[in-house]
Amino acid sequence: MATSLFQKVWDAHAVRTLANGQTQLLIGTHLIHEVTSPQAFGMLRDLKLKVAMPHRTFATVDHIIPTDQLAEPYRDPLAQAMMDELRRSCAEFGITFFDRATGKQGIVHIVGPEQGITQPGTTIACGDSHTSTHGAFGAIAFGIGTTQIRDVLATQTMALGKLKVRRINVTGRLQPGVYAKDVILHIIRRLGVNGGTGFAYEYGGEVFDRFTMEERMTVCNMSIEGGARAGYVNPDATTFAYLKGRPYAPQGAAWDAAVLGWRQCASDPGCHYDDVVNMAAADIAPTVTWGINPGQGIAINETIPDPAKATAVDEKASIEEALAYMKLKPGAPIKGTRIDVAFIGSCTNGRLSDFQEVARFMRGKKVAPGVKAIAVPGSQIVALQCEKLGLDRVLSEAGFEWRAAGCSMCLAMNPDKLIGDQLCASSSNRNFKGRQGSPTGRTLLMSPLMVAAAAVTGSVADAREVFALPGA
Amino acid sequence: MALEKITSISGRAVCVPGNDIDTDRIIPARFMKCVTFDGLGEFLFHDVRRNPDGTDRPHPLNELRFKGATILLSGANFGCGSSREHAPQAIQKSGFKAVVAESFAEIFFGNCTTLGLPCFEAAREDIARIAAAAEKDPHTVVIADVAQQEIRFGGQTVKARVRASARDALVNGRWDAIGELLEGIPAVRATAARLPYSQ
Repeated sequence: MATSLFQKVWDAHAVRTLANGQTQLLIGTHLIHEVTSPQAFGMLRDLKLKVAMPHRTFATVDHIIPTDQLAEPYRDPLAQAMMDELRRSCAEFGITFFDRATGKQGIVHIVGPEQGITQPGTTIACGDSHTSTHGAFGAIAFGIGTTQIRDVLATQTMALGKLKVRRINVTGRLQPGVYAKDVILHIIRRLGVNGGTGFAYEYGGEVFDRFTMEERMTVCNMSIEGGARAGYVNPDATTFAYLKGRPYAPQGAAWDAAVLGWRQCASDPGCHYDDVVNMAAADIAPTVTWGINPGQGIAINETIPDPAKATAVDEKASIEEALAYMKLKPGAPIKGTRIDVAFIGSCTNGRLSDFQEVARFMRGKKVAPGVKAIAVPGSQIVALQCEKLGLDRVLSEAGFEWRAAGCSMCLAMNPDKLIGDQLCASSSNRNFKGRQGSPTGRTLLMSPLMVAAAAVTGSVADAREVFALPGA
Repeated sequence: MALEKITSISGRAVCVPGNDIDTDRIIPARFMKCVTFDGLGEFLFHDVRRNPDGTDRPHPLNELRFKGATILLSGANFGCGSSREHAPQAIQKSGFKAVVAESFAEIFFGNCTTLGLPCFEAAREDIARIAAAAEKDPHTVVIADVAQQEIRFGGQTVKARVRASARDALVNGRWDAIGELLEGIPAVRATAARLPYSQ
């Protein structure tokens, strides 16, 4: 019978049915970081339990790590305490820790793929909602809470109800200046921030077939912003080419066997989906959010919604709440909105190709006076790759601060924060109230090149115009 | 490990209105710089409850008449965003024993259930009726019944769904799955042995 990848992976990892009807699901790979795991290790110690499969557990540090201070102790004693706690737990339980000294530290969702730990046909869990990123490889990857981290540490399994699968096809070709980030912002705008509740999203169609792994990761990363707990792309030659030769990828004869297995785990043609949604690449424009959730986005040439024109009571209230917080005018163009900060980085858009694309157009350009612009590579390896190519110099000369790897201003658990009601053009994934560290700070989500365009002009701009791309 | 059987919650209710209330709003990220969950309760909804100088802003949870409420009412897609368990922990540690909303985000729902914090899904107009009763008399006793999937208050009864797997786990005292998961370890080893990559 024709079967979806989700179903195949689920079946291969289902251990047994629990009394409440949920499945005890084997988690092949468990990724941990410093923010959501300390309490889980504490629970483990209280219960006098060990880590069931330390060799399938990998740690790094990302959320709290300063990007402007390499030496410890960190200025923030709480950040240092979390770092120490993770280091201690990894040593105690025999877990591989990609600490800064290894040169492999970075955002957990960037480290897993670049080490080749993230592989097709596997189940992955991590105490972070953007774990859906790993679905780009045809893995089923779940964001989990701390008690579930404890469960996975202690048993390498967790209790979970099965998800339905929605296939999302994006057909045709994207126009110049339209990126993976625009695709996912468009999908979330169309299907809503809770449209994916109860679903895993399977992304496919010509656009995804053409996408690089980094582009697929950008889309899968934000599945959770559309309410879908997992999102994935079927593995193909692009996936295998990315993985080949990476430290944790199978080698030699094992590689060939693995590729054979990976091919077989892709969704079969004609398999059943619980829902299918079709979208045309031609309808996707550079997209910018104007509100306080990632579904509140518009194309760069559209105007900010007017609550007076809202058709549903809910919609009116949510537009009003968002505009009051964002201090934006209904009916006004989003283009031209003055910005204070430009941030390029995060698990959504902090990879080599993101910085390559920005640097390609920033050569000879300058960040507008008064705009604080920071570029934060997603991992030490991404940083090194950029530096070898001289991208850091291009960005520094243009006026960006080139920082060390971490989550940084995506959620501002480190010293990188907005101040007061600053408005930030950001390549990150969430524009929630207060997300970037100031309770009144404001975030506009967009692609890295759109952030660069905003940095150059000092206001929200169409990157196609600023950088003279065709199609503007 | 014997867990409490959670069949029904009786207490006063308070409504925090709005849709898509995210976990950053429930507990801002800077309060996650901690290695235990203790003390998180005081930071619940911090940035919408407090001014930068620490004084109170108008918010239902700051109103004296709602102090001691144990049932939290809200809108659709409650708990969206981050997987941080700090959000349900903050709700629970500030004294809430149940959440009633139109719908819940997936990860938040699972995190709550694992902590023995029932999440009820009810119709908007029914939540509005409970909120109106609490508004009129904050001492109104509200009974959120997990087993019966209904909420009773001031002589009224409304339907409130608790998903089957969560309901079973709560009423039978197995909402923390660790005991059952540990029992399955031999089967886990067998499943792992069949996978090409997990050795």
